[in-house]
Amino acid sequence: MGHRYFPHTPEDVARMLERCGVKTLEELYADVPAALRLKGEYDLPPQMSEQEVRDYFAALAEQTYPLECFGGAGFYDHYAPSVIAYITSRSEFLTAYTPYQPEISQGTLQYIFEYQTMMTQLTGLDVSNASMYDGTTALAEAMMMAVAAGRKKDRVLVASTLNPFYREVLDTYAHYHGIHIDTIPAKEGATDFDALSGMLDGAKDVAAVIVATPNYHGILEDLTGVADKVHAAKALLIVSSPAVTLGAIKSPGEWGADIAAGEAQSLGMPLNFGGPYLGYMCCTKALMRKLPGRIVGATTDADGQRVFVLTLQAREQHIRRDKATSNICSNQGLMALYAAVYLSTMGAAGLREVNSLSAAGAHYMAEALTATGVFELKYPERPFLNEFLLRYKGKVALSTFVESFAMSGIFAGVQTADDELLVCVTEKRSRRAIDDYVERVKLFARQQGNV
Amino acid sequence: MKTYYSPTHEYARVEGNIALIGITDYAQKALGNVVYVDMPEQGDDVTAGEDFGAVESVKAASDLIAPVSGAVIEINEQLIDNPGLVNQDADANWIIKVEMTDPSELDQLMDKAAYDAHCEAEKH
Amino acid sequence: MNKKYYGKVVYDLSHPGRRGYSLPQNNLGDGLAQIPSDLLRTEAPRLPEIDEPSLVRHYNNLSTNNFGVDTGFYPLGSCTMKYNPKLNEELCSLPQWQGLHPLQPAETVQGALHAYHALGKALCEIGGMGAFTLNPYAGAHGELTGLMVIRAYHESRGDGKRTKVIVPDSAHGTNPASAAVAGLKVVEVKSLPDGTIDTEALRGLLDDSVAAVMMTNPNTVGIFESSIPEIAEMVHACGALLYYDGANLNPLLGIARPGDMGFDVMHINLHKTFSTPHGGGGPGSGPVGVRKGLEEFLPSPMVAEVEEGPFGATYKVVRPEKSLGRISAWLGNFAVELRALAYILSLGRDGLMLAGPLATLNANYVKESLRHLYKLPIDRVCKHEFVFDGLADKSTGVTTLHVAKRLLDHGFHAPTIYFPLLFHESLMIEPTETESIETLDDFIAAMEEIAREAASDPETVKNAPLETPVRRPDDTAAALEPKVSYFDL
Repeated sequence: MGHRYFPHTPEDVARMLERCGVKTLEELYADVPAALRLKGEYDLPPQMSEQEVRDYFAALAEQTYPLECFGGAGFYDHYAPSVIAYITSRSEFLTAYTPYQPEISQGTLQYIFEYQTMMTQLTGLDVSNASMYDGTTALAEAMMMAVAAGRKKDRVLVASTLNPFYREVLDTYAHYHGIHIDTIPAKEGATDFDALSGMLDGAKDVAAVIVATPNYHGILEDLTGVADKVHAAKALLIVSSPAVTLGAIKSPGEWGADIAAGEAQSLGMPLNFGGPYLGYMCCTKALMRKLPGRIVGATTDADGQRVFVLTLQAREQHIRRDKATSNICSNQGLMALYAAVYLSTMGAAGLREVNSLSAAGAHYMAEALTATGVFELKYPERPFLNEFLLRYKGKVALSTFVESFAMSGIFAGVQTADDELLVCVTEKRSRRAIDDYVERVKLFARQQGNV
Repeated sequence: MKTYYSPTHEYARVEGNIALIGITDYAQKALGNVVYVDMPEQGDDVTAGEDFGAVESVKAASDLIAPVSGAVIEINEQLIDNPGLVNQDADANWIIKVEMTDPSELDQLMDKAAYDAHCEAEKH
Repeated sequence: MNKKYYGKVVYDLSHPGRRGYSLPQNNLGDGLAQIPSDLLRTEAPRLPEIDEPSLVRHYNNLSTNNFGVDTGFYPLGSCTMKYNPKLNEELCSLPQWQGLHPLQPAETVQGALHAYHALGKALCEIGGMGAFTLNPYAGAHGELTGLMVIRAYHESRGDGKRTKVIVPDSAHGTNPASAAVAGLKVVEVKSLPDGTIDTEALRGLLDDSVAAVMMTNPNTVGIFESSIPEIAEMVHACGALLYYDGANLNPLLGIARPGDMGFDVMHINLHKTFSTPHGGGGPGSGPVGVRKGLEEFLPSPMVAEVEEGPFGATYKVVRPEKSLGRISAWLGNFAVELRALAYILSLGRDGLMLAGPLATLNANYVKESLRHLYKLPIDRVCKHEFVFDGLADKSTGVTTLHVAKRLLDHGFHAPTIYFPLLFHESLMIEPTETESIETLDDFIAAMEEIAREAASDPETVKNAPLETPVRRPDDTAAALEPKVSYFDL
């Protein structure tokens, strides 16, 4: 009997059973009908020593190959300062519960307050919540929030240029929540806002319009005048951007958006095969009471000190139950700390530089790849930041190309169609790595007799 | 002018076909410090028995259920910046002014004596 | 924990011209010059400017005003605040995971897919289920996903009239909220005075408009619902499905499996039962299990085992045939899943068999030690947790809130208070199996001391906490005039 995680000695157990007035642990379960009892033991291996568990994971890791990453599509390989891992692994942060007891949770509450401040700065909106699960669910929550705020409106217009994973999550939530989604068409890879005008004209049931920028093709959407159109129809504008890009591109607030929601993994979080990431969500002051999730606010304590508490809790599920804006309970607390530390480390200047370096690399690479003749830009007239969509002109299948690059330790990009490759360049991709990629394309083309 | 009460602690103070709707003193005491009143917009319709907003305190929230149906012709804008007025004087600080579409709905509501008895019963 | 309040936020330390970053230069010029200026920000965001040493000291100081499981005992009912093993942190942080892009070719991510599959399989064994998705990001997200599975099942049978979900009145607020998000109407069923579900009342509610009944077992007051086979039978007889909220799974480790009790769909909180850290409120993970026959409705994507080859099994990412759709970007909070896998391997079948009974023993030990001073409304053997209805002596005016706050002065986290709503002064205690008898004795002594103090010096207890870094924050002011950003201050 025993395990290193359990302090109980046989003597402890005997003493405790005596206090409980029973003779065996078994007696504590006398109320569980015999027919329901587990027969025998779980069909699982017996306990392992630390070293054995390490070996097990080492074997898994051996079948796993992180590649030099030129893929994006919602998952971004940005540089993370070393201080992040150090600070976020402090057990006072890592092993704390949700800060329900503010007297002994100021650490958590303060970093969330910092995070909220930074996110309102990035998005140009008034209020941020304490975080959401990820970008896809944050956008779905934004959609539901807009429908709740629009009272009896139940239709949402979504740009066709939205990342399809995000669209699929919106579709799922909309289906079960009773929301109708219509798609705004695109022209030359960017949202057709003239078509949006037509869709909004005379519409009384549209709660929100959802647009992403940069969009799924990497294109920066021009949202000039869009907010006015949307507001004229008494709908809300929801804009979604990868958080790191907001250090450079026009913010949702500057475009006149009511809600900003999306993925903040790009703020110092590792790729980690998809999670944990960090959904962000900000809104205007007018919508603050509809915002889902936790919110931290400043107040004073009995000694007059500036302190922090969870506030506006009357919005939340533990009080409103089925009337709550959302069912979200906990969020991604620790990941908000990643973002707060990242943004504190980088500052506005560092964040601009991240985008500048990424964009420089991306434009350099797009040009060099076009020059090989194997690829061309799918939408050459459209502006992009650090991600761009290529049309593949080679003879052998594009999937073969991607696989051959993987064999060389390179993730060539995300294949979005038989002949389309979405390529992303972050500041982590050196000029040498880009040049190497381009040379390999030329080599591949020669070997396959492509050119 | 006559005041009617709903079992969910809203009152309707009626003159002609206009009703002032708010929450009762009993309700504000049960809620504690009111920090926010979620109100509809002028021009919205409310339906008897359906919620038209909510009153929030720090650790509780209560839906506002319309005692009568009609169009909201005015909201009490003072409550936007000063929701605590509901605690100070719930009777004077109505929440919405409604032009009733069906005054016969008032027959379903309670008078003061019946409402007081209802509150007394709820305490136990 | 440091009793002195640090109190600064990082913006307080910002100083123009300081910097904490360094970036590799590619000498390709300013990339933003390539972009039309009307698509770029006109004003820089106001972010802190701070050097690395000051930044590290700031966050270290912040952390010293925080209480975690590694600081001390958390008797938090329904939250299962067990020890978070350090090995798990080491193993989920390997560079092979951290650098892994989800959309890399499948042959380069086999180890990751294998880990996902292995954890799902282990959870099937522990839950008595046919298949698991690990995609849901948290318990509430799992509930929502599980209810979507149930709706997808009814829809697939052309049964569109099932719009109601029945939850006990003692349920956690997420149950009704999740049901509402899933487009279902919530109907509450009453609990009996002992906290168990009123089966006759339930029977009266069951008809062909019911999609599901959601339950925990043991329930919120720590009592095992012995009538569960009967409940399962009547729920199934009316065509509805039975949902298991895994919030209270811990005491059943080694004892019983939800699948064997007749539950069709369940979720597990990896951050409760399987020891992953709470992180100050996330990231959690809420895998959803379904009995055989419901796997085709699970969310996309899923990991499937391809037949065994000469080098072992291979795995691929698939979409289940009648999938309810996508509920997450990819395969959930992967690094959290890795921690849970490491925990299950570390405990093994023999360790898991012990975890439940020891958690139950700890809870009963605390209950029996304090029942003379605190009111015990349900006097039975409990499972992992139990509820006191405040102090036994109510004459002092000392409430559950006061007791909870006074515990902070004794160096303990507070129990869950004013939940469940079945009692006015609920004080809900869950010690978990990783606490020693000495820790429990210290906690019991503190609770005894507070009860004595409530009688001799009630004012001191009512003014608690007295020794924490901050004391009694003004919640009303915070909600009346919300200051939610540094620039609101």
